[in-house]
Amino acid sequence: MQNTYYDPADLKKFGAIREWNQELGDKFFEYYNSVFEEGSLSAREKSLIALAVSHTVQCPYCIDAYTHDGLQRGVTKEEMMEALHVAAAIRGGASLVHGVQMMNKMNKLDG
Amino acid sequence: MIKKSLHKRENELANSHRQLEILSNGIFQNGGLPTFKTKISETGQFPLKAKTLEVLQINLGYMCNQVCSHCHVDAGPDRKEVMTRETMQYCLEAIEGSGAHTLDFTGGAPEMNPNFRWFVEEASQLGINDFIVRSNLTIIEANKTYYDLPEFFKRHNIHIVSSLPHWTRGKTDKQRGAGVFEKSISALKKLNAIGYGMPDSPLRLDLVYNPSGAFLPANQNAMEKDFKKILLEEFGIHFHHLFAITNLPISRFLDYLIASENYEDYMYQLVESFNPEAVRNVMCTNTLSVSWDGYLFDCDFNQMLELPVRHKIKHISEYNQELLEGRDIVISQHCYGCTAGAGSSCQGTLA
Repeated sequence: MQNTYYDPADLKKFGAIREWNQELGDKFFEYYNSVFEEGSLSAREKSLIALAVSHTVQCPYCIDAYTHDGLQRGVTKEEMMEALHVAAAIRGGASLVHGVQMMNKMNKLDG
Repeated sequence: MIKKSLHKRENELANSHRQLEILSNGIFQNGGLPTFKTKISETGQFPLKAKTLEVLQINLGYMCNQVCSHCHVDAGPDRKEVMTRETMQYCLEAIEGSGAHTLDFTGGAPEMNPNFRWFVEEASQLGINDFIVRSNLTIIEANKTYYDLPEFFKRHNIHIVSSLPHWTRGKTDKQRGAGVFEKSISALKKLNAIGYGMPDSPLRLDLVYNPSGAFLPANQNAMEKDFKKILLEEFGIHFHHLFAITNLPISRFLDYLIASENYEDYMYQLVESFNPEAVRNVMCTNTLSVSWDGYLFDCDFNQMLELPVRHKIKHISEYNQELLEGRDIVISQHCYGCTAGAGSSCQGTLA
């Protein structure tokens, strides 16, 4: 048994999740691959969104995968970092916007 | 940034036998990954056989004014191997009798060969349909000896194919050397000014993209769209097509992969992306590569690994198309570079 929670080599084994449920696994990967195809958004734009979301959900596998994917698509490090700031802004904003709820409650209790 | 070739530095990877040893041992020996032979046998594609010759690629020498970090030729100013006029004469005789529709001059910087212009003048009279010179662009800016190259190319209806790994200065200079991006942009503007690469112009100018690190190129068409948009918007530059080429794990790129601890992951990527469709069109089956000293190889990469054609005819002076056709192609694990994803060749993707 490994003594760390994450092993970079496990990313290569992602497809193995099908072994314990082929039908749902197949459906997931079919859906996953369709999502990243060229559409109204380019595959490159989707890659940047995926990179930002990877940081929000803090998935090390996804971060490895979409840094690599972005590089392949010619995404620059400046574009990658800007995408992360979008994630950070939404994440920070999501905390702070609840400040209105805090203020409402405070005003009601002690206004 | 590196300044000297692996040869000059006496790096162990300057030795092709050492490179082949690395490519045959480790993960390919302990069963971690299948050898290329095993892989193409699974799809019934072994042995690869040479078909009718379409492309004759001639390496005019390993001398170059640049020392690019991923160069599979290990070219540079310190390399002194250049083709002689005598060998060029043999090549001209072979071109005439070959039936190839494409002639492809490469290097090093082919323009640095002292007999380059004579060779182009002679070869251009042989009625070849597509006559390519792989120019690194900066040579046009190097010194006044080369300033008239664009006009020279135009006069002989040369199809120019040039590397430009990225539209940003940082990424291009990191791979090809400080100042290369500026000079490349300047050279491209000069080529555009005389008609090269302009929409509908018969003067063909194509660019080559290869990844700046241990990853594979993305979709060629998508990259071409990005390159066209940005080069036009930011620099007013036009070109015709972008060829996306995979870095093969040999020479300086192999050195980089090992030093950066990316070698195994990169080989996994190549093997996982194996595409039998790309094998069907792989360039070694319709190309012959001639080295600076006239020896024959199935491709430029085999030339650098010193893996000659498996045939009794070994030299351009003995060239015979009929005899060479149908020969078995010499393969090793580097071949995975041409069969990954959409495939890769000197003319871009394959599948």
